[in-house]
Amino acid sequence: MRQVYLDHSATSAVDPRVIEVMMPFFDVRYGNASSLHTMGQEANRALEDARKTVAQKLHCTPEEIIFTSGGTESNNAAFKGAAFTRLRKGKKGHIITSTIEHDCVLNTCQWLESLGFSVTYLPVDNYGLVSPESLEDAITGDTILVSIMHANNEIGTIQDIRELAHIAHERDVLFHTDAVQSVTKVPVDVQEIGVDLLSVSSHKIHGPKGVGCLYVKKGTTVDPLLHGGGHEKGFRSGTENIPGIVGFSEALAIGEEERPREMPRIERLRDELIDGVSIIENSWLNGHPKRRLPINAHFCFRFIEGESLVLRLSGKGIYASTGSACSSKSLKPSHVLLAIGLPPEDAHSSLRLTLGRDNTEGDIQYTLKVLPEVVTDLRKISPFKASFQE
Amino acid sequence: MYSQQVIDHFNNPRNQGRMENPDGVGKVGNPVCGDVMYIYIKVKDDVIQDISWETMGCAAAIATSSMISELAKGKTLDEAEKITRGDVADALQGLPSVKMHCSNLAADGLRKAIEDYRNRRGMA
Ligand SMILES: Cc1ncc(COP(=O)(O)O)c(C=O)c1O
Repeated sequence: MRQVYLDHSATSAVDPRVIEVMMPFFDVRYGNASSLHTMGQEANRALEDARKTVAQKLHCTPEEIIFTSGGTESNNAAFKGAAFTRLRKGKKGHIITSTIEHDCVLNTCQWLESLGFSVTYLPVDNYGLVSPESLEDAITGDTILVSIMHANNEIGTIQDIRELAHIAHERDVLFHTDAVQSVTKVPVDVQEIGVDLLSVSSHKIHGPKGVGCLYVKKGTTVDPLLHGGGHEKGFRSGTENIPGIVGFSEALAIGEEERPREMPRIERLRDELIDGVSIIENSWLNGHPKRRLPINAHFCFRFIEGESLVLRLSGKGIYASTGSACSSKSLKPSHVLLAIGLPPEDAHSSLRLTLGRDNTEGDIQYTLKVLPEVVTDLRKISPFKASFQE
Repeated sequence: MYSQQVIDHFNNPRNQGRMENPDGVGKVGNPVCGDVMYIYIKVKDDVIQDISWETMGCAAAIATSSMISELAKGKTLDEAEKITRGDVADALQGLPSVKMHCSNLAADGLRKAIEDYRNRRGMA
């Protein structure tokens, strides 16, 4: 059976070229970058080369890159770091974010609220966009951090970070963005968008899992999460994951080099998918028609439930995901879909298809053959055929 | 996550379909929760002669609908009424714990269909 992986926003295959550059660091060049001897210095050189590469791709200086264990840690470090810095001065403060952030941001915010920080969750419109005016209105004299994600992991909507960061800076407030989904998909230039903090994760860009980075603009003070031997200039202690970091930097370099060629190809496949799905009755595309990740297609198919859809597709070799409650640990439908105004019954019927480097025209043809059949089969079983009133 | 039995009933649902002129219908669940189940029965001499169902829901909801139709067919109303959520889950080699509450609606649906049949007959 054909296997079609359409879940690249969940994670992606490590590129063979990435595996190749990682391998020596497991068993040959395995030194500790803090050791004085030759093997240690060799590891340190690999670490600093990787940092240079990452910095170059994100358009910053190597000193501004802190390697972490991935997107979750980078986001935690930005929020808690800003909060700890404030606490150290004996004060609490106000944080602004949006209602559609990843759980690692929202749960961090809730925890900070339990410590006495206040958090404003900016709403989004039906496309998932934050309005600049709402940000302007939300900033107070007590605001210490604004964080709005660059691209949303479910519906793929891309925010105008440059404009939002500008608003925060006019009021002297730090600006962070979660760029985990956008890096290598669309241009990310920290200087151009003017952010102070930016999170990246390796496994979403064909790199290994458990590694990523936080960009921290020079002059920005955020306290560390991890104290110890003073690695990463004291910001992130712990012996560096050299194979992971080397792999991450290679994945980023390949992703950036290939983006001008690869993303238009993927976007064409994605558009073909959207066009093909649009003929299915009682279905629609969620997110913004234009300002969206080139890899992302997100649909609702009324009268069926997303977990069933994902499992039936999986039975046909097509791997996708859903924002349906039935597929989540919390049994609540996706907070993102509710935030863009979908009623719960429609949020349950959602399907996310996210493309990547490995997808081909044949994959899309196969998906466009199988998906309508699966939708028809599940609708045959459903008591609802034309409305929820039956 | 799901047992082989659940996956089998989910992929090859038994006794699925809308029933013309049923003797009783049980409707349970809510689109807002993502699971809705309609259970239809035909009754003769207090025995469930035929049973079918329509379900919108997750794999567990579809599998429990399918399973209850097998468990209830040919049973007397009094026997069928005693089928519990636990019986359905056991027959499916268990359900994930999060699904025991929300999606395991079939036993309730069947009881409602029996109640509807009795109401129609003025036997309630
Ligand atoms: C938008 C976003 N932020 C953060 C994360 C977490 O990244 P990681 O898996 O590297 O911890 C993810 C991935 O699930 C994500 O999609």
